[in-house]
Amino acid sequence: MKVTDIKELKKISNNIRKEIIKQVYNAQSGHPGGALSIADILSVLYFNQMNINPKKSESNLRDRLILSKGHGAAGLYAALAERGFIPQEELKTFRKINSNLQGHPDMKKTNGVDMSTGSLGQGLSIANGMALASKMDDLGCRIYCILGDGEIEEGQIWEAAMTANKYELDNLCVILDHNGLQIDGTVAEVKALDCLESKWESFGFNVILCNGHDIEMLINSFEQAKQTKGQPSIIIAKTIKGKGIPFMENKSEWHGKAPNNEEYEKAMKALTLEQEKIEHNISELPGKEETIWF
Amino acid sequence: MVLDKKIATRQSYGEALAELGTENENVVVLDADLSGATKTSIFAKKFPNRFFDIGIAEQDMMGTAVGLSTFGKIPYVSTFAVFAAGRAYDQVRNSIAHTNANVKICATHAGITVGEDGATHQMLEDIGMMRTLPNMLVLSASDDFQTKWIIKEISKINGPVYVRLSRYATPVIYDEQFMMENNIEFKIGKGIQFGDGTDASIIATGITVAEALKAQEILRNEGINVRVIDMHTIKPIDQELIIKCAKETSKIITVEDHSIIGGLGTAVCEVLAEKYPTKVIRMGINDVFGESGKAEELIKKYKIDCESIVETVKK
Repeated sequence: MKVTDIKELKKISNNIRKEIIKQVYNAQSGHPGGALSIADILSVLYFNQMNINPKKSESNLRDRLILSKGHGAAGLYAALAERGFIPQEELKTFRKINSNLQGHPDMKKTNGVDMSTGSLGQGLSIANGMALASKMDDLGCRIYCILGDGEIEEGQIWEAAMTANKYELDNLCVILDHNGLQIDGTVAEVKALDCLESKWESFGFNVILCNGHDIEMLINSFEQAKQTKGQPSIIIAKTIKGKGIPFMENKSEWHGKAPNNEEYEKAMKALTLEQEKIEHNISELPGKEETIWF
Repeated sequence: MVLDKKIATRQSYGEALAELGTENENVVVLDADLSGATKTSIFAKKFPNRFFDIGIAEQDMMGTAVGLSTFGKIPYVSTFAVFAAGRAYDQVRNSIAHTNANVKICATHAGITVGEDGATHQMLEDIGMMRTLPNMLVLSASDDFQTKWIIKEISKINGPVYVRLSRYATPVIYDEQFMMENNIEFKIGKGIQFGDGTDASIIATGITVAEALKAQEILRNEGINVRVIDMHTIKPIDQELIIKCAKETSKIITVEDHSIIGGLGTAVCEVLAEKYPTKVIRMGINDVFGESGKAEELIKKYKIDCESIVETVKK
């Protein structure tokens, strides 16, 4: 099942956003901001790019996705439900006792989760191991790994970047969710991640810059990564934390906070309106957002 | 018992890995720039395509191993114990133990017997850290023959294992003939009993097993009969054997090249406190960091050598 229609993919993104809000609202805890910022990336990966089949979720030949920024779990679960890996109903149990849907992804509990994550900085090393194994046995799998821009403050990320370069892991595609915010404020304030592009370039990556909410641009970026041989790729996706919910957008306080009743209604209204806009082809062109680019 | 021939278990590890590589093509080996010291270089020479030197990046090495394991590979990762259990603890906890990954952590240079490198390189807390992790099997090899058995045996277990190995050349205790004659069989989770003396039980692990056996001999000449337990599996610990020793002998002594907090001694105390309350004397590194020196000097100074064991039994 490959969805190529942009409008359809936009609808899927919007559904993922709705399910993120519902999950966090139901649980009255969770991380909406960083889940909303990766909704379009997840939509493109699960419905356009990855070679996966919910009926063969254990196949060794499948592509893998590691959500290294595990706090985006609500986004991952929404995408997995939308794609048929887990029942939609189950989303109601997010973060509740005895649930398969843990606060951070747990591969032992949730069908379709390729790796448990949560402690930041660990996903890229694991993705490297997967990419290496696939190459050793010539399986042709592509390995995707979503990192947060705050997450790359962890030293292990750069250890792993060197490993990916050493083994020329061209079946590895990293996506950096560059929403510019972390818990204590902007990434620029907290750790000053300057020269992101040249940092990754100097670590041997093929760097692709992209608007992380532009479906078409995301597809093209993934295709470009696929064509790149002899080195790993990273898509630096400029995103907006809280994307899709106006009062959450670009606000670090929505990193890990649940909406109250009133906020929930407001958020769902915004997403319903967006859905109508998509239907009538009047959805705002992506890339127009007033945001700082790199 | 041979006891006069000495081999460091890291050497046995390297040799066993190379053999295992021939038997099982899924075995892959990762190291963090210490392949000469951990002896994974023996495997690397034989199977260069299945060996990955991740560089001085232990955390990255643990993660890479997890990724490989999800594709059916059986990664053996090696570095010094201080880096494997210490430096990369969070990776071992969250990426390996929590996911029940089929990764074998073979940590060499454990304990104070690392010697001259001093405190920063002498890992004295790893048994405690590793045995508190759910899913983690914790083994501590006492000699060459046992190490080789352990390295092969754990390839058949699906799940994470921590194997504690040493730099210190220690006496060879077992060989095929000795095993046969004494009807000894290695089994994960089952300690090995030497002798059935009732004056004391000396429960040892790793390099201290040979020290305990030497002490047993000295004491025997003085008319004191003790039994020695080689507790090669720290988790799951052999509860049955511990309780049996407590019932049959008048003293329980544990001895380990590890902190007395959290290690073998603690594990034995946990069993006895719950199942058969008995006084336990814990010999080990007494809540201090180590220091530089020759291994032989250090085990004397920190009182985990055979003479210190003899004294403790007599007290």
